[in-house]
Amino acid sequence: MLIAFFADIHANRQAFEACLAQARQRGAERYVLLGDYVGYGADPIWTTETVMALVADGAKAVRGNHDQAIDTPSGSMNVEAQVALEWTRGVLGAAERQFLSALPMTQRDGDRLYVHAEASDPEKWIYVQSTVEASRSLMATDAQMSFCGHIHQPALYSLSSAAKMTAFTPVTDVPIPLLPGRRWLAVLGAVGQPRDGNPAAAYALLDTDKRELTYCRAAYDVEAAADRIRKAGLPVWLAERLFRGT
Amino acid sequence: MVKPLLTAGSMIDGFRLEAAVHRGGMATLWRVTRDGIDTPMLMKLPHIAEGADPAAVVSFEMEQMILPRLSGPHVPKCFGVGDFAVQPYVVMEQIPGQSLLSRLGDLPLPYADVADIGARIATALDDLHRQHVVHLDIKPSNIVFRATGEAVLLDYGLSHHAQLPDLMQEEFRVPFGTAPYMSPEQLRDIRNDPRSDLFALGVLLYFFSTGQRPFGESESLRGMRRRLWRDPHPPRQLRKDYPLWLQEIVLKCLEIEPAWRYPTAAQLAFELAHPDQVKLTQRAERMKRDPWTVVLRRRFNTDLKKPRGKAPVSAQLHSAPIVAVAIDLDAESSGVNEALRLSAQRLLAMLPSARLACLNVRRLGRIALDTTLDEQGHSKQIDRLVGLRHWAAPLKLDEQRLTVHVLEAVDPATAILDFAENNRVDHILIGARQASVMRKLLGSVSAKVAAEATCSVTVVRPRRPSTP
Repeated sequence: MLIAFFADIHANRQAFEACLAQARQRGAERYVLLGDYVGYGADPIWTTETVMALVADGAKAVRGNHDQAIDTPSGSMNVEAQVALEWTRGVLGAAERQFLSALPMTQRDGDRLYVHAEASDPEKWIYVQSTVEASRSLMATDAQMSFCGHIHQPALYSLSSAAKMTAFTPVTDVPIPLLPGRRWLAVLGAVGQPRDGNPAAAYALLDTDKRELTYCRAAYDVEAAADRIRKAGLPVWLAERLFRGT
Repeated sequence: MVKPLLTAGSMIDGFRLEAAVHRGGMATLWRVTRDGIDTPMLMKLPHIAEGADPAAVVSFEMEQMILPRLSGPHVPKCFGVGDFAVQPYVVMEQIPGQSLLSRLGDLPLPYADVADIGARIATALDDLHRQHVVHLDIKPSNIVFRATGEAVLLDYGLSHHAQLPDLMQEEFRVPFGTAPYMSPEQLRDIRNDPRSDLFALGVLLYFFSTGQRPFGESESLRGMRRRLWRDPHPPRQLRKDYPLWLQEIVLKCLEIEPAWRYPTAAQLAFELAHPDQVKLTQRAERMKRDPWTVVLRRRFNTDLKKPRGKAPVSAQLHSAPIVAVAIDLDAESSGVNEALRLSAQRLLAMLPSARLACLNVRRLGRIALDTTLDEQGHSKQIDRLVGLRHWAAPLKLDEQRLTVHVLEAVDPATAILDFAENNRVDHILIGARQASVMRKLLGSVSAKVAAEATCSVTVVRPRRPSTP
């Protein structure tokens, strides 16, 4: 079975549509959504409704910090993020808000764990940016494979039976065998606001039969997404960074 | 969990164990069979019991990841891998014949044999590097030859795959390899440079041609580190009749700095296949090791010890292609050769490690006997070599980047295609067919080359004035 993973969509309709289309074309049969559906981008209603429809259809979804901040404002966000969230609060309907605040922090799916940030204390929203956080996250679960997002840069960590951590920056479209003798933490790049220098939307595909994970990139109409952000009156910087992927 | 003891006749995932053929430090090899598969196969079963060397487990994981992703004649075909949770194994093609280890009693080998073996191993390495893998354990016991002649590289337990997690690197942070063959940069913990394999091949060539290992057999880290500053005895010091070209090649492979070695295995294979074209430098002349003053300077030169930035395996390969340019020496007037020179110049300017092979085909008659001398008694061959050098002179290329070749063939296109394939040429530059009656009768060489080449082909023509 082929499972598609999407993290940090951030109300970027054009990017999410491109990823969904590519994933379907490559044969994805199930979907996992790793949080932060809103914030930054200009299409929170369409994005949330699409996620709701996927979940109604069997997809698994967890809550991200931006989703939570809709109802529980956070003091630790930067100005642009807060401005975008303020705007998002104004446009989202009650049903969408209700859906976002009711999402679980983590989901367990067989030998897989889904969570938005580091798993040992998900509500602290800790970035997995090195083997230190990755190790803590893997120690907090007995799942063989963990999947998270939040940092907007793709990475793959593994923990060997001798408790050694390895880190790896995945290469687009090269399937990586997730060897069963070790445990793995896949950090997804962002669908809606990539920050690894590549503006293409990031997602991943897991082939559960072959135990192979492939990090994918979908090119999308950045101009259209940026235009929506500018027209919505959101901070221009949020539009500009999409072109650079930073 | 106690696993049942494996004996002849045991079945694992449809493979029947026939006989244990080798028991090594990290794994046991069994000859296996399976219904529907005629190829002789080996199953590698790692020793991963409690208390086993953790390196055995990790290197086996690496082999499990890498081997199924490799293809071509220079690697054993992989028939299956077994889950670590149940029974880990790798099943691969058994290459009949013995490894190069069996030749150790015959050393030193004749120089031509060493060059031939070296060229075949370098060709295999080029193929492996193009699949994003640095072998990192090139040594006689890991090399066998197919009946058809190709070298096959075995054992990927220490290898680095540029597109997969490097579990060895992260787990141990100490150099792994075989002491006599390990490159200086491997000792400095760098695992992603394909030129490390060229160093190991240099050790093998030195050993096979002199009977002595260039850096001894010391297994201690301190003993191994000496190669970071101490150069080996030049082979000519050991064997008086040692050919200059072979010493040039071997010592270039053994350079401490990867940048001073051949940029790619393909370029090394090219040199080994064309000994008469090897550009001799002071390396070839050396009769003694470097004086102590030089060694001490190297010993305390911190520059050499600085780890280099990370560059993917493919970047190294792509920066140093072999470019072949086919020159029709009779076409001088049409401007096509000038256009070819411009194209070559642009390409070489962008890629300072690229090398250029200038080709000319001397067409042989299908029936008439050809003489190699013209009416005045000149050698046609030498005239053409001179012509090729004359064509290349304005490029002002370093001698080491340029070779000239006159091929003799009935069919020029086939000759160019064969040369390109045998020498792992990356890019062919060839002039377009001229608009003469004679050319039309002969058919287009460039069209055939462009259609059938195993690499990129650029067909070059001077811009024609547009016709109304």
